[in-house]
Amino acid sequence: MPSPVQNPRILLSQCRFQLHFPPKPHNLQPNPRHFHCSKSKLSLSHQHQLVSEPQTSQSPSSWSPSSQILTIRESLLSRQKKAVEITRDYLNRLRQTEPQIRSFLHVSEEEAAMREAEDIDRKIEQNEELGPLAGVPIAVKDNICTADMPSTGGSRILEGYRPAVDATAVRRLRECGGIVIGKTNLDEFGMGSTTEASGFQVTANPWDVSRVPGGSSGGSAAAVSAGQCVVSLGSDTGGSVRQPASFCGVVGMKPTYGRVSRFGLMAYASSLDVIGCFGSSVMDTAILLGAISGHDRLDSTSSKHEVPNYASELASADLLESKPLSGLKVGIICETLGDGVDAGVISSIRAAASHFEELGSIVTEVSLPSFSLGLPAYYILASSESSSNLSRYDGIRYGNQVAADELNSLYKDSRAKGFGPEVKMRILMGTYALSAGYYDAYYKRAQQVRTLVQKGFKEALGENDILISPAAPSAAYKIGEKTNDPLAMYAGDIMTVNVNLAGLPALVLPCGFVEGGSAGLPVGLQMIGGAFDEAKLLKVGHIFERTLHGCRFVPSL
Amino acid sequence: MHEYETIIGIETHVQLSTLTKAFCSCPYIYGSQPNTTICPVCMGSPGALPVLNSKVIEFAVKVGLALNCSLSMSSKFDRKQYFYPDLPKGYQISQFDIPIATGGFIDLDLPTEFGGGHRRFGITRVHMEEDAGKLLHSGTGSYSQVDLNRAGVPLLEIVSEPDMRSGLEAAEYAAEIQRLVRYLGVSNGNMQEGSLRCDVNVSVRPVGQSAFGTKVEIKNMNSFSAMHRAIDFEISRQVDLYNKGQADQIIQETRLWEDGSQRTVTMRKKEGLADYRYFPEPDLPNVVLANEFVDNIRSSLPELPEIKRRRYEKMGLSMQDVLFLADDMQVADFFDEAVEKGADVKLASNWIMGDIAAYLKNEKLSINDIKLTPQELAELIASIKGGTISGKIGKEILFELIAKGGTVKGLIKEKDLVQIVDPLEIEKMVEKVLSENPKQLQQYRGGKTKLQGYFAGQVMKESKGKANPVLLNKILLEKLKSSS
Ligand SMILES: [Zn+2]
Repeated sequence: MPSPVQNPRILLSQCRFQLHFPPKPHNLQPNPRHFHCSKSKLSLSHQHQLVSEPQTSQSPSSWSPSSQILTIRESLLSRQKKAVEITRDYLNRLRQTEPQIRSFLHVSEEEAAMREAEDIDRKIEQNEELGPLAGVPIAVKDNICTADMPSTGGSRILEGYRPAVDATAVRRLRECGGIVIGKTNLDEFGMGSTTEASGFQVTANPWDVSRVPGGSSGGSAAAVSAGQCVVSLGSDTGGSVRQPASFCGVVGMKPTYGRVSRFGLMAYASSLDVIGCFGSSVMDTAILLGAISGHDRLDSTSSKHEVPNYASELASADLLESKPLSGLKVGIICETLGDGVDAGVISSIRAAASHFEELGSIVTEVSLPSFSLGLPAYYILASSESSSNLSRYDGIRYGNQVAADELNSLYKDSRAKGFGPEVKMRILMGTYALSAGYYDAYYKRAQQVRTLVQKGFKEALGENDILISPAAPSAAYKIGEKTNDPLAMYAGDIMTVNVNLAGLPALVLPCGFVEGGSAGLPVGLQMIGGAFDEAKLLKVGHIFERTLHGCRFVPSL
Repeated sequence: MHEYETIIGIETHVQLSTLTKAFCSCPYIYGSQPNTTICPVCMGSPGALPVLNSKVIEFAVKVGLALNCSLSMSSKFDRKQYFYPDLPKGYQISQFDIPIATGGFIDLDLPTEFGGGHRRFGITRVHMEEDAGKLLHSGTGSYSQVDLNRAGVPLLEIVSEPDMRSGLEAAEYAAEIQRLVRYLGVSNGNMQEGSLRCDVNVSVRPVGQSAFGTKVEIKNMNSFSAMHRAIDFEISRQVDLYNKGQADQIIQETRLWEDGSQRTVTMRKKEGLADYRYFPEPDLPNVVLANEFVDNIRSSLPELPEIKRRRYEKMGLSMQDVLFLADDMQVADFFDEAVEKGADVKLASNWIMGDIAAYLKNEKLSINDIKLTPQELAELIASIKGGTISGKIGKEILFELIAKGGTVKGLIKEKDLVQIVDPLEIEKMVEKVLSENPKQLQQYRGGKTKLQGYFAGQVMKESKGKANPVLLNKILLEKLKSSS
């Protein structure tokens, strides 16, 4: 079906999303205000004049997200480019775009990054074996510990804090040759959905700098989207990888709970937290996930489940077959396409469903009756755990301490000054929920809901290979739009929190556009799989991405 | 004047002697320089996670079984939350509603010098938790420093039923716990180092009153005798208040035992119930015990003190001997082995409790530190009993064996210590002594029969201590009489 190279204009006229819109009775009609892929026509022509990607950029006519990691590898191995050049290009791009985007809280010392790049070049000269991330510039969310750079979790209470050791995920990507070029902005300790709750700065969405990049891993998503790095690490407690991936038009992977070690990730809600990956293609995301996955003796909740070679499974996907997803059972979660979800988002997801059908999948609607219970349960459990996890930030052993005459004031003043309002609110909520007399009504009940949610997913995934939904009820909104309405902001997490409660893996990839900004705003499709089904999600996502023509998810900067 | 009844319950913290801490790989060495055995995990650094040391479970199961508890085949850890500078994470990893062991008991025998008697006290629960660090207060009191060496060291908290009725019973309960953990090899049980810490709850009520009296907690007792005295002091303090009609002045509080003034003083008054906001520790999986694991531990348990005491009792030893021997497992093993090698039970006990114990006490050694083997003690006892050597020589040899080792036979031969049992040889020596002491012989014959001892001593001296004392006295008496 989709022939690989096409003129974008022809492509757009073929844009199947509107042509093949499944005529379902309760469907909202496609809202004319929304552009879907037709919008990307504008952005496309607009873009290829402005975008100066450091990568060997492809001609826009053949654009489809290819693996930057594999491109780098190829140019290194063929000696077309040196790792130091690649690193310098990215650092330059980073510096050039950072004033607008502000995605980094700390950028690596140029010499340090260059030294690492030189090591890679030396290995190449000596024909030594290269790790799968050799020479790849990577950004790391600032709640993930790095021994050579400050790690603040986006909080003033840890301003200037330098950890003693790398997080396991960071150690692993370095062992694979990755070059950590900086630490990205986030909502303080991961608590937020816009990156506005950072203790330091607000990050802008590269598609429209007046909008939020999403959160809490907004810095990591924006950095990939803006071409400041190749891939990045984020963390996902209730959607913190997937929602910013959706807002920024990049691929975001939330692995199964326990797939990636949490050692070195500053705990927000330990039973929900996972480290996730961002990339501009599914392949890049898969390579990064493969590098950081696996059991870690420093995290007893990390799984001993075998790690497949995600990337090689993708490479083997037969894209030329006319129905590459033949027989794949795709369940579209009907609760995610109802009230409170933007019409344009719904249309994009419906269009994605049609795309799945064209690829040979069988798409049916599934219902998760406990879906709406997930949000309140999530906020109770996450707040409860965070109230405990953040107790260690007391100013006694590290971090900012406010001098005081007596112990209680030292605690109170250090924490009052160090934490931002969102963190304080969640600590208070969690403390309340765990208090004697309230525990049964809140924490215990939320745990019961969690069991229900797990059961619901188990049933739905028994009947389907994957489930799909939007990654967020809307595209990126304006900076400041929801800062005074925390409930509206929390409601934005409805699409993602259930997946964390169930501990399942989910992949978000851009699937369309809605109107907004100068070039439209990307919409992310969430694909949910069974536990440890990352390989399946990535393979399906890869095929989806490679066959989705006409949408170029590269912002103009 | 009322009769009063005392109710005592004890919470005991036992520090486990694992090589590494409960949730990280730091060692714990008592007395190390502050903050030298710490890591990101036990200092609560951002991103650090606990990983359970499996030895902690093994030790907890040992103690649970030894205390006759039921084990929870699936238990979990919980977070107990409060702020204090010695608590790095702001919570202590502990066990709340599902402790690893519950519903057991401990048997003990009260010391004979206090009238003796057997007691059985209930054990409510045993749970695993981590220790906190220590605060070091500056001399001026203007600042405090935190030492986190002890943070994360594994503890077992053993909670008794409120079954004790006196300071003596409470102290003996604690001593039996110490004995038990030492037998099991799970802790050194050292109270001075804080490896065994007892918090005692004491309440007093008039006999016949069904409601419990107000519970007062006593801390800071670093010996069993201090416990005994502290509790008895507290009981009489509370009884006095009752008698004076001031029972309302007994308030729920924590009191510290002051060894100097031999009294308890208020440390802090409890204002309502602390809310620790326990919830399940999400960083650690549930603790699931396999039947095989428990069975292996059960079958590898040593003979426990209570069983040993009953066995010794059946061997015919006095309760004083029983308590002494069973107090220390190494001593008991030494005794058992000596008996196995043929030593007379009572004599072996006497030697161990007498000269050997005295030596160990003086030299501050344990029975395993000396060179005397149970085999040689048995040999020594047999040599005396069989008349090869005298008891006096036996004692001399004993100290030689303790200090230098070797065998009884070897020493006897080397030093020519074999007892003289030949009557003719002894007779010759008797005759020699009598002939050399005509004046004393005269006096003896004049009625001063007490001089027999003098003559016996001279003969023994003549024999270099080797003459068989029974034969010697027999022959001496004959000679004294016959020549009169
Ligand atoms: Zn440690």
